[in-house]
Amino acid sequence: MQRYSAFSLFKHALSHHQHWQQAWRNPEPKPYYDIIIVGGGGHGLATAYYLAKEHNIKRIAVLEKGYLGGGNTGRNTTIVRSNYLWDEAAQLYEHALKLWETLSLELNYNVMFSQRGVLNLGHTLQDMRDIERRVSANRLNGIDGEVLDPAGIKKIVPLINTSKNTRYPILGASWQPRGGVARHDAVAWGYARAADALGVDLLQGCGVTGFDLAGDQVKGVQTDRYGTLGAGRVGCVVAGNSSVLAGYAGFELPVESHPLQALVSEPIKPVLDTVVMSNQVHGYISQSDKGDLVIGAGIDSYTGYGQRGSLPVIEHTLAAILELFPMFSRVPMNRQWGGIVDTTPDACPIIGKSPVDNLYFNCGWGTGGFKATPGSGHVFAGCLAEQEIPALAKPFGLDRFYSGALVDEHGAAGVAH
Amino acid sequence: MLRIYCPICEEARDEPEYHYAGQAHIVRPSDPDQCSDQEWGEYLYFRSNLRGLHREMWYHAAGCRKFFNVLRDTQSHEVKASYRLGATPPDQEEVRL
Ligand SMILES: Cc1cc2nc3c(=O)[nH]c(=O)nc-3n(C[C@H](O)[C@H](O)[C@H](O)COP(=O)(O)OP(=O)(O)OC[C@H]3O[C@@H](n4cnc5c(N)ncnc54)[C@H](O)[C@@H]3O)c2cc1C
Ligand SMILES: [Zn+2]
Repeated sequence: MQRYSAFSLFKHALSHHQHWQQAWRNPEPKPYYDIIIVGGGGHGLATAYYLAKEHNIKRIAVLEKGYLGGGNTGRNTTIVRSNYLWDEAAQLYEHALKLWETLSLELNYNVMFSQRGVLNLGHTLQDMRDIERRVSANRLNGIDGEVLDPAGIKKIVPLINTSKNTRYPILGASWQPRGGVARHDAVAWGYARAADALGVDLLQGCGVTGFDLAGDQVKGVQTDRYGTLGAGRVGCVVAGNSSVLAGYAGFELPVESHPLQALVSEPIKPVLDTVVMSNQVHGYISQSDKGDLVIGAGIDSYTGYGQRGSLPVIEHTLAAILELFPMFSRVPMNRQWGGIVDTTPDACPIIGKSPVDNLYFNCGWGTGGFKATPGSGHVFAGCLAEQEIPALAKPFGLDRFYSGALVDEHGAAGVAH
Repeated sequence: MLRIYCPICEEARDEPEYHYAGQAHIVRPSDPDQCSDQEWGEYLYFRSNLRGLHREMWYHAAGCRKFFNVLRDTQSHEVKASYRLGATPPDQEEVRL
């Protein structure tokens, strides 16, 4: 792999940038892999990277039905934070946040991770009690957090409307300074390039249409492009399509797939240098380096695989954003889109074994898995490579839906995403 | 935006009048005390989450305030049929795709 550096940029400038190496190969598939990852989003690519790097697995393939990072990874609003309420979730997301902090160096790829801080606003007495509780729990878990009053919020975001004369006045917020945003595509591309350099075969335009099963064991995957490919183990990381894949293997998951929408404005001068989220009025906003305001909210209530949602959700979101930032009422919106998010009953992921031997799932990240990308890949690689499920992943097995040991992060985390 | 026909009001109305209420035709175990953890967990949490024709419940919150069933394509979001609770669901084969 050609390393990226200031020097290489200078060198290639002399030849008009005509001779950069391709970021990854377009290999022919091998008939058999030790581990096949289904789904070339950030989580799948990160899994492959850590399998090759930390577990020394040699024959690995990532099968992606579209193009790398074209699913939720390339559609999300890129908020990264780790201030979850319960120990299990907080530790998992904090593991990811720690990996984010060195990711650009690790991958030799600028993922533009920007720790500009995340505010979760409270608008009711109960919101503020929950925020106090969550920030206290975070601190006990060694996660940074502060409770701010409206004056404190105003110092960080001078634009925000903290007037008492609004429908839902802002009473305070939690503030996680180490949270922020990252460049979503770069995360997929960075992991892809680094995994490829370690010998992982990235097979794009290759959809999985079924599994090769022998009794209770998976022996390989059927694809729409290369026929059947044999595998020792298979890890499915397909987000909104997880139930479809589980269906191929003959079981159901406690997952429902919903549209989740986002929209961006046309680029404007820098006005907002942090992330503002509100669960109560239900909207969140940040500004990208390009200058567009990046806005999102909750899922559409119905299930759907169409990668688009309904207009009323967008209207509701924008109403909420304008209550927080009345001055944005004149900003034209540029683009709007949707992804398919895999929601679970407790708003926590499912990581680990499935009812079929050697078939593993990593799904259920729902509206908030981008922030977990490095951590998710890291622990899932551990699941696939070792006999034991890693401690961080253990509380997130499918068995919790039978035992009742759910990790209820619904309201607790302040807001989805 | 979805336009959904309410079989009780006998009118098609816009989506914001309704609330989505999840997969239809899930039968509560008649004797929960006799269920294994497996059976009870499946009843509570596991869903078909179909990519394709899906039978689901909707609640007409801003209308008759009654629940009813809908057959909808979760890929195109097209509403294929609405029918009352307790009615026999339309045969999926008969609904033209
Ligand atoms: C609008 C929106 C906003 C969001 N905002 C945030 C946020 O601010 N912060 C945050 O942390 N999270 C956010 N999320 C959630 C986050 O995007 C996801 O949890 C995360 O990106 C999931 O990554 P993934 O790699 O598992 O899935 P994906 O990136 O969706 O990758 C799955 C891949 O599997 C492929 N696939 C599917 N079926 C098959 C098949 N049969 N064969 C082969 N390949 C297949 C798909 O094509 C896809 O590329 C948001 C999501 C959306 C939609
Ligand atoms: Zn009605």
